[in-house]
Amino acid sequence: MQPIPFEDIQSRIDRLAGQDLYIHLELTTGAYASHLDSTRHPASVFITNAAVRYSQGSISGSGPYRVGLKTEQGWVYAEGLTHVDETEAERLILAGHDGQGKLVVALQLSREMF
Amino acid sequence: MNDTKQTGQQRILVVLPHPDDESFVAAGTLSMYIAGGAEVTYACLTLGEMGRNMGIPPFANRVSLPGIRKEELAASCRAIGIQDLRMLGFHDKMVEFEDRQLLDSTVTALLLELQPQMVITFYPGYSVHPDHDATGAAVIRAVGRLPEAERPVVYCSAFAVNHEQAIGQADVIFDVSDFLDQKMASIRAHATQFQAAELVGNRELTAEEIRLRYGTEKFWTYRFADQA
Repeated sequence: MQPIPFEDIQSRIDRLAGQDLYIHLELTTGAYASHLDSTRHPASVFITNAAVRYSQGSISGSGPYRVGLKTEQGWVYAEGLTHVDETEAERLILAGHDGQGKLVVALQLSREMF
Repeated sequence: MNDTKQTGQQRILVVLPHPDDESFVAAGTLSMYIAGGAEVTYACLTLGEMGRNMGIPPFANRVSLPGIRKEELAASCRAIGIQDLRMLGFHDKMVEFEDRQLLDSTVTALLLELQPQMVITFYPGYSVHPDHDATGAAVIRAVGRLPEAERPVVYCSAFAVNHEQAIGQADVIFDVSDFLDQKMASIRAHATQFQAAELVGNRELTAEEIRLRYGTEKFWTYRFADQA
């Protein structure tokens, strides 16, 4: 994983627009959040291999970054993205890691199922 | 203190949901029994593919994590000396939502195949992570369906806040300080996971700190409702 290069991500989002894709979208505090600190409220969501098609999308912010994808019937949104898998040529694998390196958010797009 | 520890040819079945659960729950105990000649099968339900630790700095992601953790799990088992690793292919975080019959029949098949004298799992309801509780519950259901005389002893690990108020103190306490090399090697085999600050802090632990933190493993012998 590498820190997100802004321009590169925008062009990769553009290349995936207008196609039938699979998405993995996730936000998590981790299952141990309230075990380690009872004042924290544990919450997580993920959806994996949902079908999605967006007409336009962009990356925004100055890091951590936001990504918004405009679909035919709605939106996909993720905030807190910091890293990309630079070795992936076709798929877009974005993640947000906190100061301890832990994954907090993930947004992944692929023409093939994850 | 429990002194029923047997040496000789003993078969132990470990059923836990995540790669690295074995390191913290039972690596020392298993190393000790294996040194005494025991055969251990570790049935690991998931690949921990929804874990949050990706290395520092992150070198894994949601796509690459399952493959990496599979390798880490195999390395951890080698460090402990576990002879038989079964990766059961359930999805991380989803064990509590799985088809119960599928879970139970999977555990039952292992029990019938291996005929273990001892099973190690999580104490259902007192093990914090929903996957831990669901795994322990499936094991208890499966073992509980065996005729009482054929049931292996089930040692459960528990660490929920205030768990002792509900289930009392552990009745099986193993001093594993002679097996800390294996245990620490098992923990370190999980390279994406073990750097987590809450596990090891931000520095190397001294030998004394390692012994204090990892030198004892505690279990609760599960008492089945119909047990004499």
